[in-house]
Amino acid sequence: MSRNDIIRTKGMVKRYLLGGQEPKIKIGEDIRAIPQELLIKDETQVLALRGVDILIRNGEYVAIMGPSGSGKSTMLSILGCLDRPTSGEYFLGGENVATMTDDELSEIRGRRIGFIFQSYNLISQLTVIENIQVPLFYQGKDLSETWDRCVELADLVGLADRQEHRPNQLSGGQQQRVAIARSLANDPLMILADEPTGNLDSSTGQEILDLIDRLNADGKTILLVTHDNAVAKRAHRVIHMKDGLIDREVNNRQPTTAS
Amino acid sequence: MNRLTSLSSGTANRLFSVVRLGIKSLLLHKLRSGLTMLGIIFGVCSVIVMLAIGEGASFEAQESIKKLGSENIIIRSLKPPEESQDSGGNRSFELVYGLTYDDGARIQTTVPGVRYVLPMRILRENVRFDQFQVPCQIIGTTPIYPFIAGADVVRGRFLCTIDDRHQQNICAITVGLARRLFPYQDPLTKAVKVNGVYYRVVGLIREKNSADQRSQAGDMEGEPLDNNVYIPLNTSRSRMGELITKRLSSGYGMEAERVELHQITVQMQDTEFVEVAESQIKALLDRFHDKNDYEVIVPLQLLRQAERTKRIFNIVLGSIAAISLLVGGIGIMNIMLATVTERTREIGVRRALGARKRDITTQFLVETIVLSIGGGIIGILVGITVPFLITHLTEMQTIITFWSVLLAFGISGAVGIAFGIYPASTAAELDPIEALRHE
Ligand SMILES: Nc1ncnc2c1ncn2[C@@H]1O[C@H](COP(=O)(O)OP(=O)(O)OP(=O)(O)O)[C@@H](O)[C@H]1O
Ligand SMILES: [Mg+2]
Repeated sequence: MSRNDIIRTKGMVKRYLLGGQEPKIKIGEDIRAIPQELLIKDETQVLALRGVDILIRNGEYVAIMGPSGSGKSTMLSILGCLDRPTSGEYFLGGENVATMTDDELSEIRGRRIGFIFQSYNLISQLTVIENIQVPLFYQGKDLSETWDRCVELADLVGLADRQEHRPNQLSGGQQQRVAIARSLANDPLMILADEPTGNLDSSTGQEILDLIDRLNADGKTILLVTHDNAVAKRAHRVIHMKDGLIDREVNNRQPTTAS
Repeated sequence: MNRLTSLSSGTANRLFSVVRLGIKSLLLHKLRSGLTMLGIIFGVCSVIVMLAIGEGASFEAQESIKKLGSENIIIRSLKPPEESQDSGGNRSFELVYGLTYDDGARIQTTVPGVRYVLPMRILRENVRFDQFQVPCQIIGTTPIYPFIAGADVVRGRFLCTIDDRHQQNICAITVGLARRLFPYQDPLTKAVKVNGVYYRVVGLIREKNSADQRSQAGDMEGEPLDNNVYIPLNTSRSRMGELITKRLSSGYGMEAERVELHQITVQMQDTEFVEVAESQIKALLDRFHDKNDYEVIVPLQLLRQAERTKRIFNIVLGSIAAISLLVGGIGIMNIMLATVTERTREIGVRRALGARKRDITTQFLVETIVLSIGGGIIGILVGITVPFLITHLTEMQTIITFWSVLLAFGISGAVGIAFGIYPASTAAELDPIEALRHE
């Protein structure tokens, strides 16, 4: 494994058991071979991921596409250390996440991953700067020392004049900018975004995507889930998923960049 | 060393930020937080107020008992109840009852551990000087009275043995009476007139026990001890006689009673003799009294009983207050559970951004504790004010003890922790992904 690899997974499976019953189909080596029709009939379990191998290098910009229910969000949750795979391997920056404890997962999320959500997910009782500070707080940083950095980040996403505002005083686009600044606070290994423009109109969405392009140009690794081909065109590489498997990968030779 | 101090100041800073965050979150719903606090405020307030009232009441009771003297046994003459019924229609009936001189002598000689026996005859008469006239208690007693009843000789002297032996017409009077009878003269050079007999004033006495009321001549009401005339017991016997006649309250005829002594106070050498002596005295008196014409009061027992009563009182009040705190705590828990549900998504976000389970627990626990201790502080402030108002408005004595405030504060903190842990751990155990998906 090269030091340049940020994410490497092998045979990653995620199974949701339903109703607490013993699953009919056991997870084995040949899970990819089980036909989808058989899985759909199985009312005891959902196999959201059926053995996914992914390799993502430092500085890459990768988009994940696929029909609804194909396992995109499930995969992003596991890659973001919010969940552990049922089986298979997942190495993040050389560390095996599949065997980590809950506290270790929390720590690695706070230290190495930046999240951008479709619905912004800012904390309503905190101001813009305080929201950007949250990941630093959980890293045990003294908040008075990190203030300047957070102001810089607010400046970077174009909210220098909104520092003391609360989320409900901001537009959707502005809230998403705060979320982007927040995802950068810990200087993470990579940024995970699940449909970051899904709640925004197209021109505001463009602005957000331009901002993300800029982060990538500055060297941040980006992993982004989208349904929109225009969004995916900005990425270096597009991973298409289907029924919990990687269907195909397409390299973009000429990604459209921010104008 | 340097790193250690910076580490601990960092922890303090962190705790401070968590507390500030808690206050911020609570201020987001001011009405809700206020109403939730109200339960704790009432609880804490009632703990302090009830304990203050209880403490005040028992203090009053104990003080008045202590004044009677814990090594004393007090025996009082009682008008036997059956006889007083049918004597109403009988005009010339002479009722004989009560303690006798012999009773006093027998107690002195037979009961072990007795230091003093103080006999008292208490009659009610008008006392005159010049144009002034004051209704008084004429107390015939012996020279040891001041030591046992705890009275001070302010000027002059009290009665002495020679006065008693020679049945001198002398008296000591209380300071209050002196002020009423002798507004202009020096009382020590004058004599007061009771029933046509003059008694020379030899001393001024201040009773420590002036609020206490003493029964006399079968009359349970009694005057305040402030208007007292003390004369030698033998003088009282020879000048006033044993027979007391008074007009019946119904207005027909006279009622006559023959009472030798109205009260005998027995002072023991030590409190440890009191309980044995009590039963010996009762046995002794029973042998010579076929009527139920006396009562025995043991201040020590009253004191113990008052202490027992106080303990029970405190337990009852404490339980009531504890129940109200419990209700307050349940209110807090209820609101915190609702808050956790309402803020599920915030919890998910925090978890995604690196919060460990225990960070979430701390956050919600601190919020609950801020709520309950905030309520506790307000409750203490109100609880300290209310007893003052009660004392001011009702003249009921209240005592706020430091430990009751401490207890109330401690309980409010404990309530916060006890009822905060469950909601906080519920919050921490939420699955981050499901929490993030929560609407
Ligand atoms: N907690 C869960 N319990 C049971 N099944 C689940 C759970 N979470 C996801 N699934 C199932 O796993 C599959 C993949 O879900 P996922 O959310 O990853 O889809 P997706 O690709 O993100 O779809 P969309 O584009 O609509 O967001 C779906 O069939 C879904 O029903
Ligand atoms: Mg999804």
